[in-house]
Amino acid sequence: MINACDHCCTKINNLNVRFGDDVILDNVYLHVNCGEVLAVVGPNGAGKTTLLRTILGEIPYQGIIKFRISGHESVKPRIGYVPQRLQFDIGLPLSVADLVVSAISRHPVWLRVNKKLLEKAKDILSLFSVGHLLKRRIGDLSGGELQRVLLAIAMTPDPELLLLDEAGSGVDVKGLSLFYQIVNDLRNKHHIAVILVTHDITGISNYADRMILLNRSVIAEGQPKEVLSNEKLKKAFGPSLLDISCLSDAGLFKGGKNGHN
Amino acid sequence: MAIIELWHRLVGLFPFSWAHYGFMRNALLSTLLITPLFALLGTMVVSNRMVFFTDVLGHSALTGIAIGVLLGFHEPTLPMIGLAVILAVGITLLKNATKNSTDTVLGVFLAFVVALGIVILSRQGGFVRYTNYLIGDILSVSMQQIAWLFVIFIIVFVYWYFAGNALILTSINSSLAHSRKVKTLYIELSFSVLLALVVMVSIRLVGILIINSLLVLPAASSRNFAQNAYSYTVWAAVISIFSGIAGLIASYYWGTASGATIVLFAAGCYGISAIYGRCRRK
Repeated sequence: MINACDHCCTKINNLNVRFGDDVILDNVYLHVNCGEVLAVVGPNGAGKTTLLRTILGEIPYQGIIKFRISGHESVKPRIGYVPQRLQFDIGLPLSVADLVVSAISRHPVWLRVNKKLLEKAKDILSLFSVGHLLKRRIGDLSGGELQRVLLAIAMTPDPELLLLDEAGSGVDVKGLSLFYQIVNDLRNKHHIAVILVTHDITGISNYADRMILLNRSVIAEGQPKEVLSNEKLKKAFGPSLLDISCLSDAGLFKGGKNGHN
Repeated sequence: MAIIELWHRLVGLFPFSWAHYGFMRNALLSTLLITPLFALLGTMVVSNRMVFFTDVLGHSALTGIAIGVLLGFHEPTLPMIGLAVILAVGITLLKNATKNSTDTVLGVFLAFVVALGIVILSRQGGFVRYTNYLIGDILSVSMQQIAWLFVIFIIVFVYWYFAGNALILTSINSSLAHSRKVKTLYIELSFSVLLALVVMVSIRLVGILIINSLLVLPAASSRNFAQNAYSYTVWAAVISIFSGIAGLIASYYWGTASGATIVLFAAGCYGISAIYGRCRRK
């Protein structure tokens, strides 16, 4: 199942994450090449966000996470990360320019942001068609706009691995397909590896090269159509597999590692 | 020292009765040092929803003083700072370990530090001696305290210059901050320790009961005016400094406690800002 890691890839083997006695990730394996979009789907609480945060280096783990960049082993590749949601009040006085500049420069944004940095922020945002939002408060943006702003930040400077968490939450259908299209273009243009966590399994299946179904461990892996038409899953969940988040409620994913066997 | 002398001469030129008193000139100088500091720290306290946390820190001064008394300290500032720093680090680590709301735990801490402090200080009816700490006394500020405030003023501004962006990113999303190479735990710890330090050094001047309002009100008012991080900071500083000066001078004429009078002015500013905020949204 795991391909050879040649020139440029991220490879995860036997990854285990525990919080106290709780097993969050159990013997997870995953492999993604540069220029490839890997969709990670699974019920709520399956450990999808934990997987991304572990790859980011934020959470202690057991197992192997290896990065190979341009043929060389790399301990710390440049990782672009788009979080699931931001924790701020609607009234937070923080402009899009503040957010971008605080992420890409050392110039303190509580002092006035100078013109040069503003121009730079605008250029970065314009690549994602959100340059006009520069002076808006982040609380005034729609879900899709905020997501593109965060993607613009994640792509600066060019990352070697792009992690997108819950790409579908808070974004309407139109915004979401636009977002997938942008991610698709980025992958083609920059030849980066993309790991994308989503609940929108039908929408993403047109864009992802591969898909893994995660519930603490990898339950199924393959091309999106293969995963979605996996006989075992189909039998268990029926044909109306529109929102995978409902599956956890049905208690059908409780198998964990057993489900994989 | 030469700077302070110059300050006294300058303020002495003002044609007001209060400007002729040395204690008022010192009080004004310390107000001008404290208020921008509180405004700056307050912006992050409000954005990070740490209002309850700073309330606990402020009230922990009671236990800090009590520990100082028990250990025979003549001047309890050191034990106060020590306890507040331990609390700040402990609560921050706890918050990171659980990722749950620390509301209840903070409530328990608050009750505990207040009760313990009062029990120790009230032995044999001696609590009256410490009421100054509750309402503060900026008029009795000493040269040594002003020097301390000056040092902390510089520390906070240097810290803010270098860590400001990291603080903003961490408050918005710690994983995002982490992906931008921010050491989020160090940032959170250093900020809460700095808060503990500033609160404890100024608590004798402002008072345990109202110190939190001085942190919260300018930033909360500023949110109703500001559109970005720069204007958030500037508005908070302007409101804080204005309330500080107006409150101090008013307290001189009214014969009231300075700290509380300053807070009343800040509360007035908040009222005006809230009305402005409502009108703007309509």
